[in-house]
Amino acid sequence: MKKKQRKSEEDYPTTGHEWDGIREYDKPMPRWWLNTLYITIIWAIGYSIAYPAWPLLKEATPGLLGWSSRGDVAAEISRVNAQNAEIETKLLATPLENIAADADLSRFASAGGAAVFRTYCAQCHGEGAQGFKGYPNLQDDDWLWGGDIATLETTIRHGIRFEADDDTRFSEMPKFGEFMEHEEIASIANFVRSLSGKEHDEAAAAAGTELFADNCASCHGETGTGDREQGAPNLTDAIWLYGSKEDVIEKTITYSRAGVMPAWQGRITDAQIRQVAFYVHQLGGGE
Amino acid sequence: MSSDNEEQHRLFEYSEPVFPQRVKGWFRSLKWWLMFLTLGVYYVTPWLRWDRGTSLPDQAVLVDLANARLYFFWIEVWPHEFYFIAGLLIMAGLGLFLFTSALGRVWCGYACPQTVWTDLFILVERWVEGDRNARIRLLRAKWDFAKLRKRLTKWTLWMLISISTGGAWVFYFADAPTLLVDLVTGNAAFVAYGTIAVMAVVTFIFGGFMREQICTYMCPWPRIQAAMMDEHSLTVSYRAWRGEPRGKKGKAEGDCIDCMACVNVCPQGIDIRDGQQVECITCALCIDACDEIMERIGKPRGLIDYCALSDEESEREGKDVIPVWKHILRLRNIIYVSIWSIIGIALVVMLFIRSDFGVSIRPERNPRFVTLSDGTIRNAYDLRLSNQTGDPRSFHISVKADDPLRLELQGQNVLSIVVPADKTIHQRAYLFAKQGYGASEAESSSVRFWIEEIASGERTSVDTVFSGDTR
Repeated sequence: MKKKQRKSEEDYPTTGHEWDGIREYDKPMPRWWLNTLYITIIWAIGYSIAYPAWPLLKEATPGLLGWSSRGDVAAEISRVNAQNAEIETKLLATPLENIAADADLSRFASAGGAAVFRTYCAQCHGEGAQGFKGYPNLQDDDWLWGGDIATLETTIRHGIRFEADDDTRFSEMPKFGEFMEHEEIASIANFVRSLSGKEHDEAAAAAGTELFADNCASCHGETGTGDREQGAPNLTDAIWLYGSKEDVIEKTITYSRAGVMPAWQGRITDAQIRQVAFYVHQLGGGE
Repeated sequence: MSSDNEEQHRLFEYSEPVFPQRVKGWFRSLKWWLMFLTLGVYYVTPWLRWDRGTSLPDQAVLVDLANARLYFFWIEVWPHEFYFIAGLLIMAGLGLFLFTSALGRVWCGYACPQTVWTDLFILVERWVEGDRNARIRLLRAKWDFAKLRKRLTKWTLWMLISISTGGAWVFYFADAPTLLVDLVTGNAAFVAYGTIAVMAVVTFIFGGFMREQICTYMCPWPRIQAAMMDEHSLTVSYRAWRGEPRGKKGKAEGDCIDCMACVNVCPQGIDIRDGQQVECITCALCIDACDEIMERIGKPRGLIDYCALSDEESEREGKDVIPVWKHILRLRNIIYVSIWSIIGIALVVMLFIRSDFGVSIRPERNPRFVTLSDGTIRNAYDLRLSNQTGDPRSFHISVKADDPLRLELQGQNVLSIVVPADKTIHQRAYLFAKQGYGASEAESSSVRFWIEEIASGERTSVDTVFSGDTR
């Protein structure tokens, strides 16, 4: 027959490996397979010229195409920014109170605000905005300086007791320990506990009533409900920024407390401030 | 041979060109019909329409990647129902076990796209360049106008088939009529052109030039299927007991007259008389070729036939030929069919009992609860409601717990939500437990959310927990 005689299996060498009577042929690869290997080698050479490849002392060879993963990220960011430009303009032009009414705008603001919050706010206020001792919980309905969206925006913009910002919110509780006896402080503490119906010493609380009226009521109000103008906390509710135990309250009165929050104006964009204000407002406690 | 030593050290082996000869017969007809059917299904399916209302696509079979939906006639699959696809894949796997155990490499021989498209390409080749002998002559001929014309015609036809192959593929992923217009006018997405280009090139090379090399060197199935067959599985084989010793008619005892018909028609370029080989895709064309010769020389058909490996021995001993159905109706195959059917029935049942709206409720874990100024404990929940129909539906949300907990939906004054057609919405919900309730002081207490469709009254419940302040 014309057809070329096929090689019989015995014509092929073996690799010399043998196990349990099974030997392994050392058969040649098909030609196309070998050519594919050569093509990949040529491809790899071209690739390592065109793209960053060879590690040098400081950095890798840059590659002729000038591609970099950082460049990719930058391009992606500017693409997203360009995509958001329109809605961002709209966000800046819309009064804060009206954002919630616009579905697109509120989705944009709360998604962006969540990202800003996780980046800049979560360190103190917690990932879930639940706060910590000394760092207010932003999910509850108790606000030192006010919980409507415009007030929140001002607080975020200018910070609290942040001296570098002239418009920052400021108030200072005196260190009563400098001019009061410990006994007096203890009786005020008992009176404060009595305001929210907590366990207290009746006699001490009675003694504290007048002291409170003379020393504390100017800021915290005669009934102890606080004053948002001065960031003076409501002492009658269930929320205690530093704790409600008697010794903790005594410590607060003796040494005073004054938390600081940085002003975010200039550090994040106006749009981001509005986004994060909207985000915090819709967490559940917004007014 | 003196060249042997040299050959052993060669890095590669030339592939021998294969020129399958035209053949007629029962199996060839079956393969034509199967080719017609499989290619028909592949090319036509994206063009079938199915009315799903105004807000959903009207393509009968559509993989909508952008919206994460799979449409198959009356069935719409969402990502969370992907187990349907997983179930189908398991059935496909078991089906392959079954078919391999019963009929050997029947998938390779009849249904594998590589086989079907190669068959189609060989058809075109034969039509343009002639049958086996003409093609061998053409290969050896010098490059002249006639050869160039034939080759170019063949390649052009192959390329047209290849492009339409890739073209049909992309239609499964977008509205076919719209995409066709876009493709022609140059407005389609780059990925569509890219997919078509890649698939066209691959089809062209695999079907036109690589052919049996794909099966022999690239495909894992020959190895896997070889392991799944046993000595009772049907496969295409040569009845050596009847054919040997082979030789010219009347000069040898065996029925095989060594006419090479079976070798000439083989698309894999092998000789079935050498026994089982990894290259053999059991396309059965050699059976047709041999049967024709046997008829011509007045011998019974079936020198090459579908038989099991165990048949050779028993038939050589003179026992009766075991009928095909006995090879198929074996315990092993019956078990495969049973498992296969159980999964199939389970999928169909699940398809009928699945709900067309989905609810998931996840309690907020960070923080678990929030204390409000009046001492009320508030928990937040993430509600996800999916509406898997083509019309908007509204749902009423209520809650059942030991304490009278108050429910509030964020940003809503009412306790009902409208879920747009074919959408999933997220809604934050709050539960309030007043100071003094058991729930507000317990570490966790159980709560049941009821979600009721307002129009139909159909409702479903989700159990979750309420976290209180134990301090």
